[in-house]
Amino acid sequence: MTRPTAAPGRTSRWTSRGAVYAVLVIAALYSVLPLVWLLTSATKSLGDFSTTSAFEFADWNLWSNIGDLFAAEDGVFLSWVRNSLLYAGLGAVLGALICAACGYAIAKLDFPGRRVLFAVTLTGVLVPTTALALPLYLLASELRVVDTFWAVFIPLLTNPFGVYLARAYAEAAVPDEVIEAARVDGAGELRIFFRVALPMMLPGVVTVLLFQFVGIWNNFFLPLVMLTDPELFPMTLGLYQWSTRVSQFPDYNPLVITGSLLAVVPLVIAFIVLQRQWRSGLASGSVK
Amino acid sequence: MTVVPPREAPRATGRRRPSALASWALAAPFALLLLGTVLVPIGYALYLSLFTERLSGLGFDGPRDVFVWLENYATVLTDAAFHEGVGNVARYALIHVPLMLGGALLLALLLDAAMVRLRQVWLLSVFLPYAVPGVIGGLIWAYLYSPNIGPLNDLLPWDPLGSGGIMPSIVTIATWQWLGYNVIIFWTALRTVPRDVLEAARVDGAGPIRTALSIKVPAIRPTVFVALVFTVIGSLQLFTEPLVLRTFTGSVTSTWTPSLYVYESAFISNDYGRAAAASILLALACALLSALVMRLSARRSR
Repeated sequence: MTRPTAAPGRTSRWTSRGAVYAVLVIAALYSVLPLVWLLTSATKSLGDFSTTSAFEFADWNLWSNIGDLFAAEDGVFLSWVRNSLLYAGLGAVLGALICAACGYAIAKLDFPGRRVLFAVTLTGVLVPTTALALPLYLLASELRVVDTFWAVFIPLLTNPFGVYLARAYAEAAVPDEVIEAARVDGAGELRIFFRVALPMMLPGVVTVLLFQFVGIWNNFFLPLVMLTDPELFPMTLGLYQWSTRVSQFPDYNPLVITGSLLAVVPLVIAFIVLQRQWRSGLASGSVK
Repeated sequence: MTVVPPREAPRATGRRRPSALASWALAAPFALLLLGTVLVPIGYALYLSLFTERLSGLGFDGPRDVFVWLENYATVLTDAAFHEGVGNVARYALIHVPLMLGGALLLALLLDAAMVRLRQVWLLSVFLPYAVPGVIGGLIWAYLYSPNIGPLNDLLPWDPLGSGGIMPSIVTIATWQWLGYNVIIFWTALRTVPRDVLEAARVDGAGPIRTALSIKVPAIRPTVFVALVFTVIGSLQLFTEPLVLRTFTGSVTSTWTPSLYVYESAFISNDYGRAAAASILLALACALLSALVMRLSARRSR
């Protein structure tokens, strides 16, 4: 019956295919064009920046822009790079390990207080970060640790969602029999965790680590509240501070733009390289 | 009779339950972090929200903390600036939430359709903005909107940094940042819809659109609700984008959203009691709204 209408069916299939690709192209342009603008703008001199059109490459000035960036204000940008790497790198590794240990304990060990701990952890997932930043600041100022590395680093280690994920991974990846067997062999609980459970949970833990790294790298509110010493800033806060000066001092424009490019490129590369990893990670985080 | 023969003792100890001490050694680092960086700060904020700084006596003794019950809450709740911030966030959420979830769902459904080629490339390109820190995303778009610098000021029929255009401008930034994240989540959920169900629908004569609406979308409803909760909570906390745009335009006031209001009361007005009260109210609103959404989702999926 459908045979005679095959020809119109085919054209409508062609138009619907066209519509599908049109939507995808628009979405891709919306997502990527601002990044293309960042790339082209970072290669321009201050003069070309305001006179050439947005997406065209003018004279290649990227290297001198980068040179200016690292020379500005006694090379403070290098400290920001170092700080971002330190906050995010160390914070992600340590934070993921802490999440893994706690998630494993909640999933696999029966101890008093376990249910309460899990319930409080779930509440912690829902407490908004902006509502928490001010109380953290007030507490830190009471303890006189405002404007120190630790005031930013320690709160960023806390990742309730990571514990939630780690618990799910431990549940799925570590069989009770294996733990039981290790106990029969006389291994202590800590040893079982590090030697037996952690390797089995490793793909999940790497996912937690990845997302914690991105979360800390992108974090802004907490450093904004806690820090006044530019030497302690992560890149996000430093670039924000520079951006507040651009209306008065246009010289800061190339610094902000080139600095932004350098803050974005490592993560973009990491996401392209680790595609499989983050995609499976997102999936396990969203599907209960 | 019940005495355990000595030979069985080793097996008995081998089957021992883990000691509470060892279990807590594993859980303790996180438990302490949770206590120190979430619970205690919230408790301290609650405490502070009940006090305000007043000059004592004739002012000779300097400021003193005075217990004022719920006065700070009353101050915040009757503050016109706070009302305006709540109104802005509500309007923002009304545009952003449907746009974000509808857009992400549409893209995920298109990418799940069989005929699309280069799926990895599309997925990666929409996901890339997630790799951009919020501040930097805000800065990029601020330049794109700026007159004489970015192309959007000429292209758009309205002024993206003017008082009328600022809301769509901020929605555009936030949607850009998170769209790909939600696309990936929805798309991965769609992959788990059993293929034989889809095949059966096709045999029954359902077209791709019918299949999408009657089978695929209902199948991933729990995932959509989780994304809804996170998008709503994220909307309530709107902070970074308006703060960054503040540098480039006068259309964003210092109390434009409740989060900015908290920041302003604490760090510009130095009124910690009011700031703490506003923080608590913000946290409560987030908790209530997410509980509400969860409840709705539980009822719907039954």
